Amino acid sequence: MSFDVSVIVAALPAILSGLKVTLGIWLAATMMGAGLGFVVAALRHFGPRPLGLALRLAVEILRGTPFLIQIFLLYFGGPFVGISLDPVPAGLLGLTIYAAAYFSEIFRAGFAAVPRGHVEAAQCVGLSQTQIVRRILIPEMTMLVLPQCVNMAVVLVKETAVLSIIAVPEATAVISALGSQQYAFVESLFLLAIIYWGLVEACGWAGRALETRLSKFRFA
Amino acid sequence: MSARLFELMLKAAGTTVVISFVSIGIGLLIGILVCAAKLSPRPWLRWPAVLFVSFFRGVPLLVQLLLIYNLLPAIGLAVPSLVAALIGLSLCTAAYQAENLRGGFTSVPRGLLEAADMVGLSPWQQFRRIRAPIALRLTVPALVNEAILILKASSLVSVVGVIELTRTAQNLAASTYEPLLFYSVAGGLYLAINWMVAGGGSLTERALRRGRLA
Repeated sequence: MSFDVSVIVAALPAILSGLKVTLGIWLAATMMGAGLGFVVAALRHFGPRPLGLALRLAVEILRGTPFLIQIFLLYFGGPFVGISLDPVPAGLLGLTIYAAAYFSEIFRAGFAAVPRGHVEAAQCVGLSQTQIVRRILIPEMTMLVLPQCVNMAVVLVKETAVLSIIAVPEATAVISALGSQQYAFVESLFLLAIIYWGLVEACGWAGRALETRLSKFRFA
Repeated sequence: MSARLFELMLKAAGTTVVISFVSIGIGLLIGILVCAAKLSPRPWLRWPAVLFVSFFRGVPLLVQLLLIYNLLPAIGLAVPSLVAALIGLSLCTAAYQAENLRGGFTSVPRGLLEAADMVGLSPWQQFRRIRAPIALRLTVPALVNEAILILKASSLVSVVGVIELTRTAQNLAASTYEPLLFYSVAGGLYLAINWMVAGGGSLTERALRRGRLA
């Protein structure tokens, strides 16, 4: 087993472009997934019952099947129902939907965890439904759901690696291709592992720092 | 889909179940050791365990599998892809299970241990009769969760060439040009397995609660 760093140095521009794709898809899917997940959680909490049940089924299906199968369905099955997407948009859409399912469960638990008394008090002093959501539920929820949201973001960094299988040119695809072209598996895969490890640790560290700063504003 | 192809999918689902549960079992054994090392007061035992958990939880399973699959031949160990897959899945789940176990052990109420000290139980008796049973009961929900995660994550071993549910669906989708059908069936089978595991888990939890001491 030999370790040749020059292979990696020579391929630095390609590696950086792969990293950019990974980070871009990750950030976009995390934010859009959180937004969509919030809407789903709110609809399940406040919306009509049949819609809530339909959303629940969708969330259960998305959480009960492997992400790889979901991506295959979207990317290879999509064209048969008129959804032809290139790898990058397909990956982004797939990861966003997957993320939304998990985020919606986090937010649903958050809605349920806000003490009922606070909502009732707000109703008593005559706040409207939107005011209650905006001024009571969301601020109180934020602290409660923050740790799980950070956790989900970390899960999603790692899930981006799966997109290499449908040829999204992200870090795993670029760097492991480098390995097979130059027969430098050891170097490239170790580099890849170190990159993700660093990203995940940094993300967890940033999350904990954010939590400590926000805990000043904790209500309950 | 013909009955023969469906049977093929069912068999592949069986492979997925076997791979997942073998990994969960091996992972639990390694996880117990890692958890013990992480709770140890000796730094030379603790630090490798901390590093192990951090690495296997911080790197995508796909990268771990590629690493193991390509690394073993590089150090002269040519193992079949199934073995590489089992090693990868087991090590990955071991890291998560070690953390779950640690959570269980650290939430055993201190008062119970002090009481056990008072009545003169030896450390081994305390472990066997108080700490381990309570910690295990606290860990059951996490273990069920982990089983479901691994069942889903095992789809990634298709990438290193193990013929399980996902790989079979892929092969059939490619040869019949019916990706929607085969990936949907695969998804349905994963869902059915996971629902069964979740159901079995809540039955176990209820049984444990009925027989609980504390």
